[in-house]
Amino acid sequence: MVSKDQNSTTWSLDLFFKGGFKNITQEQIILLIAAVFFVFFAFAVKGFATFGNITIMMRNISVLGIFSIGMGTVVIAKGIDLSEVAVGAMSAAWVLQLATDGMNLGYAILLGVALALFLGGLNGYLIAFIEIPALFATLASGIYVFGFVRYFLLNNQENHFLPKADSAFLFVGQGKIIGIPTPIVIFAAVALLAHLFLRLTRHGRFFYAMGDNEDAARMTGISIRPMKIFQYSLCSLIGYLAALVMMGTTGSINVRIVSSTLIFDVVLVVVLGGISLIGGRGSVFSVIAGVLLVGIILNGMTLLHYTLPTQDLIKGIILLGAILLDTFLHPRDEETARQGDI
Amino acid sequence: MTSQAKKLYLHLRWRWSIKKFLAELLEKRWMDAIIPFIVMVGVVLMFGLSVENYFSSESLAFTSRQFAETAFVALAMAITLISGGIDLSVGSMFALVNFLALFLTHIYKLPIAGVIAICLVAGITMGMFNGFLIGYMKTKAFLTTLVSMISIRALVRMLYLKHGTDIAMAGKIEPYESHVWDFLGEGFVFGIPSNVFVLMVIALVMHIFLTRSRHGWRVTAVGGGRRPARHVGIKVEKTVFFTYAVSGLLTAIGAIFYAARLHSAASETGVGLEILTLMAVVIGGVSISGGKGTPGRVLIGIIIVMVIMNALLRNGVGGALNAFIQGGILVIAIGFDVKWLKHLFEAIEKIYVVPTYMKIPKPPDPRPGSGSVFAFNSRLKDAESIGVDRVDGPEDVILDRNDCLYGCDRRGLIIRFSKDDFSKREIFANVGGRPLGMAFDAEDNLVVCVAGMGLYGVRPEGKVFKMTDETNRNWTRLRDDSRIRMADDCDIAADGKIYFSELTNRYEMDDWPIDAQEGRPNGRLICYDPVKGKTRTVVKDLVSPNGICISHDGHSVLIALTWLSKVIRYWIQGPKKGKVETVINTLPIYPDNINRASDGNYWLASVGLRTPAYDLAMEMTRFRIKMVKFVPRDEWLYPNVNWGCVLKFNEKGQVLDSLWDPKGIFVHVTSMREHKGYLYLGGLHANRIGRIRLDGANANWVGPEAYWGKK
Repeated sequence: MVSKDQNSTTWSLDLFFKGGFKNITQEQIILLIAAVFFVFFAFAVKGFATFGNITIMMRNISVLGIFSIGMGTVVIAKGIDLSEVAVGAMSAAWVLQLATDGMNLGYAILLGVALALFLGGLNGYLIAFIEIPALFATLASGIYVFGFVRYFLLNNQENHFLPKADSAFLFVGQGKIIGIPTPIVIFAAVALLAHLFLRLTRHGRFFYAMGDNEDAARMTGISIRPMKIFQYSLCSLIGYLAALVMMGTTGSINVRIVSSTLIFDVVLVVVLGGISLIGGRGSVFSVIAGVLLVGIILNGMTLLHYTLPTQDLIKGIILLGAILLDTFLHPRDEETARQGDI
Repeated sequence: MTSQAKKLYLHLRWRWSIKKFLAELLEKRWMDAIIPFIVMVGVVLMFGLSVENYFSSESLAFTSRQFAETAFVALAMAITLISGGIDLSVGSMFALVNFLALFLTHIYKLPIAGVIAICLVAGITMGMFNGFLIGYMKTKAFLTTLVSMISIRALVRMLYLKHGTDIAMAGKIEPYESHVWDFLGEGFVFGIPSNVFVLMVIALVMHIFLTRSRHGWRVTAVGGGRRPARHVGIKVEKTVFFTYAVSGLLTAIGAIFYAARLHSAASETGVGLEILTLMAVVIGGVSISGGKGTPGRVLIGIIIVMVIMNALLRNGVGGALNAFIQGGILVIAIGFDVKWLKHLFEAIEKIYVVPTYMKIPKPPDPRPGSGSVFAFNSRLKDAESIGVDRVDGPEDVILDRNDCLYGCDRRGLIIRFSKDDFSKREIFANVGGRPLGMAFDAEDNLVVCVAGMGLYGVRPEGKVFKMTDETNRNWTRLRDDSRIRMADDCDIAADGKIYFSELTNRYEMDDWPIDAQEGRPNGRLICYDPVKGKTRTVVKDLVSPNGICISHDGHSVLIALTWLSKVIRYWIQGPKKGKVETVINTLPIYPDNINRASDGNYWLASVGLRTPAYDLAMEMTRFRIKMVKFVPRDEWLYPNVNWGCVLKFNEKGQVLDSLWDPKGIFVHVTSMREHKGYLYLGGLHANRIGRIRLDGANANWVGPEAYWGKK
């Protein structure tokens, strides 16, 4: 964060965040809130602080977390991918379809990778070369990806199940490595890799450069267009991985997940954690902080027997709060804002 | 015969150009809507003919009711897009208002007026909520309305769980009785379904609002660019807030009609409506980058989308394939929109300048020692300077009966110098624009041609008034040229009619040298009749008409054609009335203003010296086309406009005298006036007015006095 102007004496939110609590970041605040919620639910909600519930919660958090890391990388580069869940889930559903039709699961998963990369690359192409704003491009692609895969590649069922022969795959979702549930291990691995990539590699730094100022990034010689295709392909790939983990936990994929509010949970995690929609801000830690808070709240609400609409309403209000906070902390610069950047 | 044919061909090419037509076509604002319109006609014909009974009146009435409800929502979506935002919550708002309407009618049995009022207020309130966040809190429209979409939908589902069955039961046991309610759902106005009628009225109002009213322009301006809008003082926050409120209102209207027609409070009402309307609106030609679009285009888009969706439904295409087609159409429509906007202006820019063949006769030799009357001399060298740096670009100068000297100024001013030595400078009038040619009328009003504005008058006390800025349109041209773009010089006939020239109506003042590249007849002679207040184009298709002067006998108008190096005459009285004839066929210079001299002859100013190279270039069309295409604008070959000169010619067109200034202060002379034995000089880029003593001239001759008589 930018160091504050020492001469400034006006009391403002800016000062609060950057001056008064100089070393506190948004991630830490969110983590603190998550801890408060955890303690609160532990006392107030029956069955929250049990080992079984926490394991389930951690599994759910892992899936949501992997999705969010994919989204996070794109948002850092000032994009957004509203089709991430659609691409991931539909590719995973195709894997199950192929396996049911008798293909070796390994090959099927590789084909799924190819499909996810293709669809992600197409997103990138539309955004980089056709220059459609990312929001519109991925909003539309979420719809046509669902329609395309379901109509041309899948049978008419909503639910696609893992064949009995391939039940070894359930290890991905239900197994344990050194006593830790596999989804958590996978999430940790993805988070670590993403962190190393974003921090240490040249291309990872380019994500931040592009998010901060695309024009400047282009002028310094970064190939913006291929980078965008790379970013959206990467996001789709991570989304596909998340869908595979999800498939591993339940042994099935329901294509209805595409039209659920899961994608908004993902956006919520990213924005809440501190990866600003303005681009170039935040890190993998933001995703971890965000996903812990959102995961705890979702779990708590489910235990409180809130209906799905009620949960949606509460999530909507929290997301609105997060967007407002984000706008407040990283205000839109009216002088440099671009046309169509809505 | 072949030479005849070639002549005809060259003439046609000189007058008409496909490229020019194309450039002017692309400039048309309705061009944005023409492709959607063609698509609409195609789609309607294709599906209308392939699906049986598509156009039967029953089917049409049903379809059109459905169409109108969706169209209201599309208008809501459109107004937010036009203002540079988006409203994705329209589908959910639609569902909530629908639910509310049924709840109030079936459960509470409120009077219909109350129901409608509450529903509209509910819609506006939700819109205002969005508008407050996006306008005043400056959150991003897309995500904010996405959140409202989820939240309002969640609310609808919660309400449905609680009251859904009650409404369905109440509707069956004891239907809501109201004529108005039934009318909204099933009635007709003049044979048109009620909601279609209301839609047409609202679309018309919205069209007038957006294209003709100040507030509508503000909405479009904010959408076109927030920063410039804010810089010109538009309250961006308020405007944005307003558009979302309107969006909520329009959605609510659609939902009320929907509720009245179907009486169905399903929780999934309006799901996907935002995608459908977004698709329709973008297909219709409302840009996602804002600032472009009209209700007409929205209706075109919604017709296309509804026809396609209906056809898919009738052919049993549902679910997944439908989603694939919808998503695909959406992406293609947006992609087309983005590319269209990006390349349109580039394309116009590229093909706008269209040079053509132009041959000018060889000029008389102006070199010293050539023996011609044009031979260079340095007689203007001794000109005195008046008001150095106190007047900026006096394209024209004029003197009144009281010996005051007036010069037009680049900053939109008329500067007056008075006292014997012109030491007193004052701003006589601020007309704005770029004042050029001037003339005094019989009442001593100063008539001024103002580039970019038209013909203006200044009363002796300095009050500015508009005379005209519009003439009759040339219907053989695609571009509406009724607006006067670059009025250049004027003179007044004895009967008070003002004749003035428009140098070009294809370029702005700053680009006047580019007009020279074209060599096309882009100018015209216009006549304004102050008595009738009418303006008519009297001679059209002139190549760069510049100086205008009524002849001494008042029977004709002399017109200097700058790029043709020619002076022509237009008869306004006498046996040849209405005819055009050549006075001077060719000159070694580019002529500018013409004014009367005291001895019955005429003064002619020269803006520059013709060069063999440029004359040749004018004959080499292909060379100029390539130059315009491949070379940047400031590297083009331009006519030489920095060689000042004044000529004197007589009624027959014989040049009698020439005054040159090869190295002088006046890089080019654009105007000169004789007054009491002196000749006053003005230049388009000069920083002063010049004056030179004329030997043997009438020392008492005053222009306005000689023309209008003593007062």
